[in-house]
Amino acid sequence: MNSARHSVFRSVAAHGILILYTVIALFPVFVIVINSFKSRRAIFNEPLALPTPETFDLIGYQTVLKQGDFFQYFLNSMTVTVGSLFFVLMFGAMAAFALSEYRFRGNLLMGLYLALGIMIPIRLGTVAILQIMVASGLVNTLTALVLVYTAQGLPLAIFILSEFMRSVSDDLKNAGRIDGLSEYKIFFRLVLPLVRPALATVAVFTMIPIWNDLWFPLILAPSEETKTITLGSQVFIGQFVTNWNAVLAALGLAIVPVLVLYLIFSRQLIRGITAGAVK
Amino acid sequence: MGTLSLSNVTKTFGKVEVIKGVDLTVDDGEFCVFVGPSGCGKSTLLRMIAGLEDVTSGDVRLDGDRINDLAPAKREIAMVFQTYALYPHLSVRDNMGLGLKQLGTPKAQITAAVEKAATMLALEPLMDRRPSEMSGGQRQRVAIGRAIVRTPKLFLFDEPLSNLDAALRVATRIEIARLHRELDATMIYVTHDQVEAMTLADKIVVLRAGLVEQVGRPMDLYNDPDNTFVAGFIGSPQMNFLKSASLGLSSDTLGIRPEHVAISASQGDIEGRVSHLEKLGGETLTYVRTEAHGLLTVRQFGEHDHQVDGTVWLTPDQARAFHFDADGQRLRR
Ligand SMILES: Nc1ncnc2c1ncn2[C@@H]1O[C@H](COP(=O)(O)OP(=O)(O)O)[C@@H](O)[C@H]1O
Ligand SMILES: [Mg+2]
Repeated sequence: MNSARHSVFRSVAAHGILILYTVIALFPVFVIVINSFKSRRAIFNEPLALPTPETFDLIGYQTVLKQGDFFQYFLNSMTVTVGSLFFVLMFGAMAAFALSEYRFRGNLLMGLYLALGIMIPIRLGTVAILQIMVASGLVNTLTALVLVYTAQGLPLAIFILSEFMRSVSDDLKNAGRIDGLSEYKIFFRLVLPLVRPALATVAVFTMIPIWNDLWFPLILAPSEETKTITLGSQVFIGQFVTNWNAVLAALGLAIVPVLVLYLIFSRQLIRGITAGAVK
Repeated sequence: MGTLSLSNVTKTFGKVEVIKGVDLTVDDGEFCVFVGPSGCGKSTLLRMIAGLEDVTSGDVRLDGDRINDLAPAKREIAMVFQTYALYPHLSVRDNMGLGLKQLGTPKAQITAAVEKAATMLALEPLMDRRPSEMSGGQRQRVAIGRAIVRTPKLFLFDEPLSNLDAALRVATRIEIARLHRELDATMIYVTHDQVEAMTLADKIVVLRAGLVEQVGRPMDLYNDPDNTFVAGFIGSPQMNFLKSASLGLSSDTLGIRPEHVAISASQGDIEGRVSHLEKLGGETLTYVRTEAHGLLTVRQFGEHDHQVDGTVWLTPDQARAFHFDADGQRLRR
């Protein structure tokens, strides 16, 4: 009786805290979205008001879409993010499998070396990266970005995935070996499906910094054809005048693709997070 | 055919020697059980036979051919695991057929083999289910079915019953014994449970810390153990070990099974106090604490009563006793 009431109190408190956090987290997104539908004057007069028939204005979206290459920027961001994500998951999972499954000399050392990247930001190597890209003629290509982001995402991916792969039953892999499955088939057919929640977790943590990054697009691929959406939006932020309508509309649009990707991964993500708790 | 022979097989993990030179022959059609305490290397030895672990030194031969460097799938063996290890994404039918499919067997032949194994194990109603839709006992039967489908020369079982509850364990044990008779196949079965070993085996191999302690038929090990380890490991409740000196004998240790100790309220060789009594209906186990030998077990058939904390006298039947030297080795006269 007492403990039942106690747990009701606890669950109310927990939900209260979570709702508060959700509100705080969503507030900036909400402000961006409502203001992107307002006229410039309305944005500054009452930034928190919802668009009314008088203040409703699509000028921001019109500017963004008229800016011509905006669709191209989207495509670039999408290509870079999805491409990097693919390579991070693919190579990350393969390296994690090798580290967790096979005994070889230097296994531990290799694992530590690969995990080191979690602590050392890749931006420290920007100058060297730029020199490499110049030397290999990859400046102003999306390939340059995909390569850098793959390198940036791999350490955390390997770290998380190898922990999960250690938990995949040895008996299952051995059963596959006795039935004549190759190591590749064991990896792709038996192990990968079982670590899907971990893959989704890694995908979300990898995807968002890539989508939001301004640094490497600005340095490695600033040309008109290779601009990403984050970099593309910067044209509206001038030194003296900033076209707030356009900036807000561009940001509003930029949220959509990541939201879609997140929704694709989220079911698995939640399963990954609760994997230990539910069983 | 399926005659396995191991000669001076060893296994080292890093610097730790886990299997320290094992010689063994398992004859065609024999049911051989590896038994020993947890961590003694039973699974490692089995996995070396399966080809899942490299052999550090020594030879593994199947029907005379050295198979040390052969891939597991090429060894014509099948294995059943403690955790069932069914493929979660495949139906029972596909789980059972995968091995043959990988070998490139024609479809019709696979179907026939799967149907036959399914009939043997009464799996027909389960054929289209996924592993997640079955109970532990059903999963283990499917795993056994998967092994049968391949018609291997050698079946390997690694503690297949450990994850099942007591009733299912007995039922599945009987099933495995029946399969062995029907298939007439060579089987190697790993367990730490001496009851499973005694009831299933044609031949028991007792392992301790990577070495074979004794090999023999169950009753040979029970009636004629080579050392205190085997004597203590085989038989339940455990054999009593008495200090020979205080009984005026020349050996170091005297081993006597609980059923060969007489208990009396008035007279006998060893005085002790009853510390606990277990009445099982068919038999009564009395645990007696003695000054010289520690806790001893007495097994009487039928129902008996002894006062807990009361004084009793125990008398070992000298004719049924085993004598061991200071190293635990049997002294045979
Ligand atoms: N992959 C491994 N690496 C290092 N040591 C291992 C490995 N596998 C097993 N061992 C060690 O070998 C010994 C025997 O293990 P195992 O064969 O699993 O024992 P059992 O099956 O008899 O309980 C144990 O001490 C275990 O710690
Ligand atoms: Mg084991």
